[in-house]
Amino acid sequence: MDFNDTTEEAKFRKEAYEWLKANADLKEGPKDGWRSASEEEGLEQVKVWQNKLYESGWACMHWPKEFGGRESTPIERVIWGQEISKFKVPGGYLEIGQGMAGPVMMMYATEEQKARHLPPMARGEEIWCQLFSEPGAGSDLAGLKTKSVLEGDTWTINGQKIWTSGAHFSDWGILVTRSDPTAHKHKGLTYFFLDMKSPGVEVRPIKQISGGANFNEVYFTDVKIPDSQRLGAVGDGWKVSLTTLMNERLAVGDASGPDFQEAFTLARGQDLNGSLAIENGAVREKLADWYCQQSGLKFAKYRNISALSRGETPGPQSSITKIVSGNKLQEIANFGMDLMDSAGILRSDEPDADQSMYQYGFYGAAGIRIAGGTDEILKNIISEQVLGMPQDMRADKGIPFNEIPSSNK
Amino acid sequence: MNFEFSAEQIQLKDIARKFLEKEDSVKRARAVLEGETSYDEELWKLIGEMGFTATAIPEKYDGLGLGYLELCVIAEELGRSLAPTPFSSSVYLATEFLLKLGSEEMKQNYLPKLASGSLIGTFAHTEGNTSPTEENISCEVKDNLINGIKIVVPDGDVADFTIVTAKEGNDVGLYLVDLNSDGVEIVNQQTLDPSRSHASLIFKGAKTITLGSANEGWDNLQNILDRAAVLFAFEQLGGAEASMDMAKEYAMGRFAFGRSIASFQAIKHKLADMYIAVELARSNCYYGAWALSTDAPELATAAATSRVSASQAFNECSKENIQTHGGMGFTWEFDCHLYYRRCRQLAANIGSQSIWKDKLISSLERANQL
Repeated sequence: MDFNDTTEEAKFRKEAYEWLKANADLKEGPKDGWRSASEEEGLEQVKVWQNKLYESGWACMHWPKEFGGRESTPIERVIWGQEISKFKVPGGYLEIGQGMAGPVMMMYATEEQKARHLPPMARGEEIWCQLFSEPGAGSDLAGLKTKSVLEGDTWTINGQKIWTSGAHFSDWGILVTRSDPTAHKHKGLTYFFLDMKSPGVEVRPIKQISGGANFNEVYFTDVKIPDSQRLGAVGDGWKVSLTTLMNERLAVGDASGPDFQEAFTLARGQDLNGSLAIENGAVREKLADWYCQQSGLKFAKYRNISALSRGETPGPQSSITKIVSGNKLQEIANFGMDLMDSAGILRSDEPDADQSMYQYGFYGAAGIRIAGGTDEILKNIISEQVLGMPQDMRADKGIPFNEIPSSNK
Repeated sequence: MNFEFSAEQIQLKDIARKFLEKEDSVKRARAVLEGETSYDEELWKLIGEMGFTATAIPEKYDGLGLGYLELCVIAEELGRSLAPTPFSSSVYLATEFLLKLGSEEMKQNYLPKLASGSLIGTFAHTEGNTSPTEENISCEVKDNLINGIKIVVPDGDVADFTIVTAKEGNDVGLYLVDLNSDGVEIVNQQTLDPSRSHASLIFKGAKTITLGSANEGWDNLQNILDRAAVLFAFEQLGGAEASMDMAKEYAMGRFAFGRSIASFQAIKHKLADMYIAVELARSNCYYGAWALSTDAPELATAAATSRVSASQAFNECSKENIQTHGGMGFTWEFDCHLYYRRCRQLAANIGSQSIWKDKLISSLERANQL
């Protein structure tokens, strides 16, 4: 049992670090990171940085070389992640394409389509979004209703998608629709990719509780998609979706925001009722709980990396990480504000103010517990797929989709 | 990175598990709980023959000379099977005190017999309804003779000797006392987990041998407790996983409202919570095992982290196992209560959860000062 790299791993780590050192600045502290003035600016900066990665062979670590990837082993991907986290580099915008759309295109698109779409995806030149959830189909994704009808070799799409991150700046999207409402729920779905500039696609931002608008509603009115942009067979959309969702759980990682170290530092400098907060027994107990959770996640990850390193299948770590870190963030955010007493709720426009960090966590945690699979869905996955417990009884089994009740009216 | 036990260690774990299953360790725990004996002598003898007690003792003292990673995997299986023996007192504590602090002569006298299991040692620390501190310890040593009372000493009624904390002047020191010697009175104490025996030890001028230097007793003690905490954590982890497995198995077979209760989300989410607690504890225990086996500078942090995390997991799993069983879980007949009791016994042994949480934050404060 050790934390040391093998000789090859150490060599790869050195190579990665040296390239990053030559092309980016090291972070000066734990709070240091890339900052962009606006979403537009951030997007431009990501594109420039991604192109640099691509040109040097560091883009899309897990992809085949022919599409612009590096064909790295899973362990190399982990090492790259560890090294890049030490540097100030722009991020975001590309995960859905490279993490979800890319792998699906590789499995289901034609050679011509792969050659056309994958390299720009790897270069960060074209941005992708995922059009899955609907107002009536969230956790129960297969309940989606957006209609697709084939006439000749063209499909016509009508309906509405929701929670589509980045739809407003995306060039392409992956879309799952209902092509046969008379078939059983999971059988009547068909999967496509489409140009987000297609006529009839309308993107409306959704204002979040944080005030920001990272995701959207997307309306489809008689949008035309050529049959050649169908991924998988007609009616096989659910199977194709599962490929995407498997990759989504890998892409949605740790909740970002204040963690143990921030709460610990705050408690060591903050006065509570006449003495330092860190001297308060209740504070110490809470901090100990969060430390144990953080440490447990860290070493669970190490166990998974070790499994990858041995060529084994890793455990359900991503589900556990999201449940534990989302709830921990929510607790720490409240704790941080509480330590500032009444002033904890004051809004500050200064991003470095202590309030800002905890308030960001306060809003963010409420979202992370839902995004990419709610706590409840993830617990179903753990109990069914890891512990082997049976599915809940379903009221929608064996019934044509259009006869399944969808409201109490 | 290789953050996993080796194939040989996993094999050893498997051997320990099968051995304890074959010997009906859980049934033996119930027999001790319901009977008059303090521990299962036959099982203890078999454990000695298997060499488990000798695991981390060097070969020159007739041990197997394996390491702490091997002892960790055995501890997990002893916890899973509720083995009703003085293993934790004798191996995680008494043996460790002697290995780390004993003179060469003491090592030669005691370790070979501890290795074979023919000698049982324990550790006596608690004196009242509060956690022992450098200030409140009242047992006293003068001219190598000890006076005072220790309570809830695990295996105090069956041990041949004990390590004991006592004050000599203002310093807390560590001493070895032969429990068969003059000036020692042993009174059996009933606890909520009769599958593990406890006693109070009354010292009236019993002879002591000093362990380590007297004025470093408290610091030495903390180090031994940290080492033991990792091993206790593995026992707790084993108990937690066993409780979770019991809950799942029962839920799968129990039908209500025309279906397996394992299909209800209320039960599935309960099991998922147990699984998460066990996974966090297991990962933290591995960290503790690594720190223990390498004598890492962060041992204090790693030990407290594994201890707190494993206590939490065992608590979550043993109480929710009863809940999942419904009324049957509350009966004497089902084994749920054996784990519920052992969970509380292990959480109390070597110090409460609050104390270990406090230790964790203190060790992080020290580390952060650097």
